[in-house]
Amino acid sequence: MNRLRQAFEQRHATGRRTLIPYITGGYPDAATTVAILRRVDPRTCACAEIGIPFSDPIADGPVIQTSFARALERGFRVETLFGALEQQRADIAVPLAAMVSYSIVYRRGPRAFIAAARAAGIDALIVPDLAAEEADELTAIGRELDCPLIMLVAPTSDAARRRRLAALSEPFIYYQALAGVTGERSALPADLAAHVHELRTETGKPICVGFGISTPAHVAAVAAIADGVIVGSALVRRMNAAVDQGAAAEEIATVVGDAIDELARGLPAE
Amino acid sequence: MPQSNPHGRFGPFGGQYVPEVLMGALGQLEREYASAQADPAFWKELDWYLKDFAGRPSPLYFARRLTEQLGGAKVYLKREDLNHTGAHKINNTLGQTLLTRRMGKRRVIAETGAGQHGVATATACAAFGLECVVYMGSEDVRRQALNVYRMRLLGAQCVPVESGQRTLKDAINEALRDWMASVAHTHYAIGSVMGPHPFPTIVRDFQAVIGRELKQQILAAEGRLPDVVLACVGGGSNAAGIFYPLIDDREVRLIGVEATGEGLDRRHAATLAKGRPGVLHGMHTIVLQDDDGQTLPVHSVSAGLDYPGVGPEHAYWHSTGRVEYVAATDAEALDAFELLSRTEGIIPALEPAHALAHAVKVARELPPDRLVVINLSGRGDKDCVEVARLRGQSLA
Repeated sequence: MNRLRQAFEQRHATGRRTLIPYITGGYPDAATTVAILRRVDPRTCACAEIGIPFSDPIADGPVIQTSFARALERGFRVETLFGALEQQRADIAVPLAAMVSYSIVYRRGPRAFIAAARAAGIDALIVPDLAAEEADELTAIGRELDCPLIMLVAPTSDAARRRRLAALSEPFIYYQALAGVTGERSALPADLAAHVHELRTETGKPICVGFGISTPAHVAAVAAIADGVIVGSALVRRMNAAVDQGAAAEEIATVVGDAIDELARGLPAE
Repeated sequence: MPQSNPHGRFGPFGGQYVPEVLMGALGQLEREYASAQADPAFWKELDWYLKDFAGRPSPLYFARRLTEQLGGAKVYLKREDLNHTGAHKINNTLGQTLLTRRMGKRRVIAETGAGQHGVATATACAAFGLECVVYMGSEDVRRQALNVYRMRLLGAQCVPVESGQRTLKDAINEALRDWMASVAHTHYAIGSVMGPHPFPTIVRDFQAVIGRELKQQILAAEGRLPDVVLACVGGGSNAAGIFYPLIDDREVRLIGVEATGEGLDRRHAATLAKGRPGVLHGMHTIVLQDDDGQTLPVHSVSAGLDYPGVGPEHAYWHSTGRVEYVAATDAEALDAFELLSRTEGIIPALEPAHALAHAVKVARELPPDRLVVINLSGRGDKDCVEVARLRGQSLA
């Protein structure tokens, strides 16, 4: 059973919008990741995204870069994070997607990586530096091991690429709101609604939007046009501040959990 | 192993591992380069700039005193150090700047390690009236202050990069991040035979002028091809440029020289000697990574060789055995730097000083009727302050 797929099927039937929080995994330690995820309410969040720290994150802005660098300085290991998730998975109600560089997937080997991710209770992968052109092998293994690949569609993707990505992506499509790196922005791109509407005419799959979404007002605006709203840097910024202050796992979980609740107020009422 | 496809692959190496937002621009570049390749006017204009602006062809110089001192093979130097801006990098930046103009883009970004590619990009942009931003690790900014000043003098903005190890790898990350946001009007002029397809092919083709000239020049001077050709390898652009036209001439030994830094069991940048297949900066190649796929720290006295990956075509030549890859230490490179300065009156850059260090060993072992060519990819003025510091002298 794939919890993420199931969650999106249920929501898609009712048209209910979701918030998707992104947190840096294993930061500052695996126990913190587990503590945060335990606090995420699956009624609000159909999915949580775990960013796997990487030494060379070319798609990330300074906030997520900082979190990755610090996690690695503290000796982050994929195995440690996956082990903690596997042990605690029964206590984590929210389905999980891991956002991970192909450099890391390739090192372990695609099959071994996906098997380890599935054992840790991860339901899907987002591999932001894996172009559709290079994704055949990972998609095939993912299908076999019930670990779908969520593909990013960018404002620079032409119609042919959008169709190809939409066909590959499961169970939803990640629409990247702006051409650029992750990070908070003061305003949403002016052409966002037009782009999402265009994508809607090309696919029946749910569309979740991320990059640059920072406030409950942004969440409300995006929830009006898309099925899901992905928020990363706004949460990781709070993680960075809490780690700076030497906060314990449960304290960081409270800070991040409160921030998720606040952002969720932007979602439409039931 | 990623599936083999004809799309920018060198055997299993190469490919395109970049965010979707850049895929459109890579497609545009591939199409534009294909059309330029078939356009005689493009090459005519590039040749004109290479000759009248960059000063090509670069001489093939018989190093008489060095040959006598080594007492072995005849040693020739391919004098890329005599190009405008002092290195081979201008061959590539002139070509990529012409491509930028063809694509109607008005801004060029680049990464730089030693600063030579940054200076060459800033120079070409000044000559064509394009906006230019160069990313450079802050550790390299310190080591190569003169080149930073040259870039600014040429009207480019040089941005110090504070992330990671603050060297070439981190400058590439930052340039890619800029490109993610600016791709509609900006071209990323990658400085080596690396990154996602089609960059490794484009840069190799623009640098292949070195090897084509060498063949003509050595045939004119000696009536035959050389026995050994050596070049230093960081990303590998000067090596690819001199090797590529000789790849099918099987009788010519081709040797790439990486940087062993402080030694293979200490801090080094010997990617092909110690690395393994992996993915970095948009390409599947040989990389220095830990068991999780995290990039390992690297070190070389030369900022231009201080890189944990290598161009995918070198990974391929390494796997087929067509090119031998060896390495030289910081100490060996420093000795070669001083040796060439004293015996030939030529101060080499620290990068080709690595090739020179190994060439000395090779030439000594060969009889006097053999021919050894070293690609002297750049001049060493930029390195004088750093070498003086390492030798315990202050120039301040």
